[in-house]
Amino acid sequence: MYLKSSYEIRDKYLRKDMLPTIFCPGCGIGAVLQYTLRAIDDLGLNQDEIVWVSGIGCSSRVPGYVNFDGLHTTHGRALAFATGIKMANPNLKVIAFMGDGDAAAIGGNHLIHAIRRNLDITVILINNFTYGMTGGQVAPTTPKGLRGTTAPYGSFENPFDIAELAVAAGANYVARWSVFNYIQGINSIKKALQKKGFTLVEFLSQCPISFGRRNRLKTGTELIKWYQQITVPISKAKNMTPEELEGKVVIGEFVDRDRPSLVEEYEAYKKRAKKMMGWEE
Amino acid sequence: MRYPFPVGAADFIQGDEAISRAAILAGCRFFAGYPITPASEIFEAMSLYMPLVDGVSIQMEDEIASLAAVIGASWAGAKSMTATSGPGFSLMMENLGYAIMTETPLVLVNVQRSGPSTGQPTLAAQGDIMQAIWGTHGDHSVIVLTPATVQEAFDMTIKAFNLAEKYRTPVILLTDAEVGHMRERVYAPNPDELELVYRKLPANEEESKYPFGDVHGDLVPPMPIFGKGHRTYVTGLTHDERGRPKTVESEIHEKLIKRIVEKIEKNKKDIIDYNVYELEDAEIAIVSFGIVARSAMRAVKELRKRGIKAGLLKLNVLWPFDFDLIESIAKKVEKIYVAEMNLGQLYHMVKEGSNGKAPVELISKIGGEIHTPQEIIERIEDDLR
Repeated sequence: MYLKSSYEIRDKYLRKDMLPTIFCPGCGIGAVLQYTLRAIDDLGLNQDEIVWVSGIGCSSRVPGYVNFDGLHTTHGRALAFATGIKMANPNLKVIAFMGDGDAAAIGGNHLIHAIRRNLDITVILINNFTYGMTGGQVAPTTPKGLRGTTAPYGSFENPFDIAELAVAAGANYVARWSVFNYIQGINSIKKALQKKGFTLVEFLSQCPISFGRRNRLKTGTELIKWYQQITVPISKAKNMTPEELEGKVVIGEFVDRDRPSLVEEYEAYKKRAKKMMGWEE
Repeated sequence: MRYPFPVGAADFIQGDEAISRAAILAGCRFFAGYPITPASEIFEAMSLYMPLVDGVSIQMEDEIASLAAVIGASWAGAKSMTATSGPGFSLMMENLGYAIMTETPLVLVNVQRSGPSTGQPTLAAQGDIMQAIWGTHGDHSVIVLTPATVQEAFDMTIKAFNLAEKYRTPVILLTDAEVGHMRERVYAPNPDELELVYRKLPANEEESKYPFGDVHGDLVPPMPIFGKGHRTYVTGLTHDERGRPKTVESEIHEKLIKRIVEKIEKNKKDIIDYNVYELEDAEIAIVSFGIVARSAMRAVKELRKRGIKAGLLKLNVLWPFDFDLIESIAKKVEKIYVAEMNLGQLYHMVKEGSNGKAPVELISKIGGEIHTPQEIIERIEDDLR
C-alpha cells in the first residue's frame, strides 16, 4: 500500500489560512485529525458531501482547520445540531469531532439520545481526561485520584467509560484506541464512516499542558508511554478479573452491528404515514 | 403538491394548529421540538403533517436540542421551525444567540405562559417580551411578531418565515395560551396565492467565499448551504466576513455585531406592523398587543359611546420597536395606557418612546386571565374622575 505523506494530506484537506492551529505542543488532536483525513482519503469520499460538526473545546476547533462545510456550535450541543443537518439532508455525511467534556458532560444527554436514535453520523471523540481549553479542570472521564484544577487533591468521582456507554445506548459501531494505535485507529474510522447508524471512535489523546503536568506526565511522550501501560486490548481484557482491570482502559472494537438507522427508520415512517392516510398503497 | 389540510378554504381551528398549517404552506419542512403546554399542539400537528409532505418532525431530548436541530436543518437548506413555551424558551436562549450570531433563518414560536419557572402551564400570559427581545447574552437584534387572533397567528407565521429568510435571522412568533388554544375561523389561501420568500444564495463562487460579508450592500449576506461545495465554516465565535474566527480584534467584532443589528434596525419600516383604531382625534391612547388588544379594542368602542375620546394602537411587531410612532402619538394625546398581561414590560418601551410628551400608565393584569374590557374602561374612567 502506498502511504501518502502527511504533507500531501495537509495540502489536500487543511485550510492554510487558518494555520497554525491553537493546539499546544505535544497535543494529540492533530494526530487524530490526520487519521480521520487519511480515512476519508483512503475511502475516496467526496469532500463536498461531508459536514464536520463540533461543540466547544480544543478538539471542537477542528472543523475550522479542515476544508469542508463545518458547523462549530455551542458547548455540548454538536450532536443535536447534527441531527438537524442529517435529517434535513440525508445525503450528507456528518462527522462530529468532540472532546470528552463536550460529549460526556454538558453534552451527555445529547450523546445518549443521538445513540438511542441511531442517528447516522460518525463521532470522533478525543478523550484527554481533562478540560484542556479552560485550563485543566476535571472531566467526567478523569480517572479517580488524578488531579485537575477543580480537584486539586485528586478526583473523587467515578469516571464515565464513554465507549461502554455508547454500546449500551445502542450504537452500531464503537471502537476505542490510544493515539499510538494509528493503524487500528485509521481502520476503525474507515469502518465507522462506511456504516449506517451511529458510529463512535474514541481516542485516548495526550494533553501534557493542562492534564499531564498536574499528574507527573509533563510531555506528550510521557503520556503516550502511560497510555501504553494502562491500555489493555479487549481480547486480553476478557480473561482478566475486575481486580486486574482496576485502573486499566480497555481498547479495541467494542461493537460492530447493523441495527436500523434513524434515516432508514424515518423513511419507513413516512411511507407508513402515507399508507395510513390512504395517500399511498 | 398535496396538503393534509384544506387550502383555499376556511376552517375552524385552534391557534396552534393554524401556526402549523401556515408553516407547512410557508415551506417549512423541518420541525424539532419538545412537548410543553400550551405549545404541544403545534408539535402534534407538525407530527401529523410532516411525513405526508416529505418533511421531518422529530421529538428531541430537550428544548436546547430542539433549537440546535432546527439551526442544523436550516444550514442543510430546509426552512425550519420549533415551538415552545416560557420554560422551554428560557432553555433555548443559548442557541437563539447562536442563531443570531450565525445569521441562521428559522422561526421560533413561544406560546407564552406565566413564570418565572414552571408558572401556570395552562393559562395565558404576556411576560416573555423582554426575554424574547433581550434574553440571549450580548448585543443583538431579533424580530418579534405577536398575533391577536387565530387568523393573525396563521398570517404572521407565514410572515415570520418570509422575514427570517429575507433578513437571514431567527424570527420569534410570540403568542400566548389564549391565542394558541382558541378556535376561530381561519382562511388558508391556495399555495399559489402566497408570496413566499427564499433566502438569498451565493450567486457565484466569489460570493460564497463571504458567507458573513455584506456583498450586496444590503447588510444581508447570501447564505451558502451545506453540501453544495461552498465549504463554509460557521462558528458562534466572533468571525470575519469569510467566517474565520477572529476573537480578539475589536474592530471585527464591532463590524459584525453592528451589521447584524443594523440589518434589522435599518429595515424597521419594512418589518414593523401595527393597527390603529380611532386614534385620529383621540385624547387617550391605549397601546396593547396580542390577546389583550382585543379587550382594549372593545374598551375603546365602549369609551367612545360614553363620550371619552379613546383610541387604540395594536402592535403586531414588538421588535424592532417603533419609538418614533409612540412619540408621535404621545404628542397628540393627553395620556397613554399600556394594557398587558404582566407587571409592565411593553410599558417601559412605550414610556421611552413617549419621550415625556405624554404620561404613560400601566394597566397590568397577571394570574392567567385576560383583561376584561370593563377592567380597562373602569381604570380609565377612574383616572378621569
